[in-house]
Amino acid sequence: MKTGVPVAVSFVAGLIMVVSFFFNEETTKVGGLSQELLNWLIIVGGFTLLLGVVSITRVNWSGVRQKKEGWIYKVFTLISIFAMALPSLIPESWSPLFGRSAGSIYDWLFVYLQAPMMATMFATLAFYIASAAYRAFRARSAEATLLLITATLVMLWRVPMGEAFLNLFPGNIPELINTYVMNGANLAVQRGIIIGAALGASSMSLRIILGIERTYMGKG
Amino acid sequence: MNLTNLRKITPLALAFALGPLCETALAQPSEGVFRFDRLNALITIILFSFFILLYTHWAKQGKPLFLRKIPGLDAVEEAVGRATEMGRPVLFIPGIDELDQIETIAGISILGRVAKITAQYDTPLVVPVRYPLVLAAGQEVVKQAYIEMGKQDAYDEDTVLYVAGEQFAFTANVNGYMMRERPATNIYMGAFFAESLLLAETGNAAGSIQIAGTARPEQLPFFIAACDYTLMGEELFAASAYLSHEPLMLGGLKGQDLIKVLIIVCILIGSILATFGYGETFIEWFNAV
Repeated sequence: MKTGVPVAVSFVAGLIMVVSFFFNEETTKVGGLSQELLNWLIIVGGFTLLLGVVSITRVNWSGVRQKKEGWIYKVFTLISIFAMALPSLIPESWSPLFGRSAGSIYDWLFVYLQAPMMATMFATLAFYIASAAYRAFRARSAEATLLLITATLVMLWRVPMGEAFLNLFPGNIPELINTYVMNGANLAVQRGIIIGAALGASSMSLRIILGIERTYMGKG
Repeated sequence: MNLTNLRKITPLALAFALGPLCETALAQPSEGVFRFDRLNALITIILFSFFILLYTHWAKQGKPLFLRKIPGLDAVEEAVGRATEMGRPVLFIPGIDELDQIETIAGISILGRVAKITAQYDTPLVVPVRYPLVLAAGQEVVKQAYIEMGKQDAYDEDTVLYVAGEQFAFTANVNGYMMRERPATNIYMGAFFAESLLLAETGNAAGSIQIAGTARPEQLPFFIAACDYTLMGEELFAASAYLSHEPLMLGGLKGQDLIKVLIIVCILIGSILATFGYGETFIEWFNAV
């Protein structure tokens, strides 16, 4: 029962998605079933949000109660969760501070705290790229040296000053990089990976639909 | 059905036999009940399913199937062993996408295998997730793994934990955890986006052994630069079958390989035909969807 029902649900849901793909959604009901199923997924996902809130509250509250190292940050996490969520759940008609419109507490916290913090995290990527590039481009072997030369040329070509510098040399180097490196070797390899991944995904989907693969339930 | 006879029907002959039918059908308008413009996809799905089922059947009969080694997956047990020796946790991230993505399901499948190994060695496992649906699935998979290993008492409900719904809030939380707790092993399996390098570089700085797997080509270079082992594209989807050693699931992988050979043959034929100026109809079959 515990395995049979999920396998049956997977089979029916998978079959609906595959079959509806081949029917016209404007002229038949079957064609629109896949969208219907996706809407169900969104609704189920919405309900499970409560699970997330319970999980994050329990983990952090237990850390605070046991005074684990850095417990004060867990207090801030708990305050942040409820400070963002509660005012946004209260109807806007009570006060302009509630709800999610411009000028509300939620909006203020999002615009002046959450958005800058996320932008900061994203901005640190530049430094991480520099350190990763340094490690990746060390010329330790013939292949690594080739990678270093190619990457240097591509990086130069991608900035206006670098392109101007490359144009000082004869042979239209930017055009050669574009044709042979980016649209040649690079694109071919990317397409190879995409085709392989698409086949792998299709194969796994088929195994799940047919009930051959049950590892996503922890079985097998 | 006699499978020996079926094997004699070469895939290429089948594809060419269906070719003219496909060409005629593609010219049909798509206002009717059936989407004839997607007939080529239907033929591909039927062929694909046929080969997978055929190889699965052969695998069930006990035919030996050769699978190439995937070093990243062979290293999983060794990496968990290292964590056990060091007395530090294993961090597993099943991507940051929703459960309706096949990459996330692949990540959850691998999580089940990893959880069995951590249960066996009594190694702490931490699985931060970004979506509540992934949380529910992850908790169920880890719990089942601990039960199967006879360690249900060692299972902690907070092994799989929801940390944040926003991409960079999630990244900040996980990076902070890596720097504070310094897990011995970090395993990233699933769909990753701009945070891939932020996570992998932090893990590298924390001195963890790192195994990553994703089907997103744009994130692969970052994982290759910062991780010890990287599963590329299809290897991620093959992982659950590879780790299970179950003939039924391995058969699916072999069927997939045969389709790959077919695609390579089609690419070669298309290139030759296009070079001599006869490739338009052939390419049209693949362009329709």
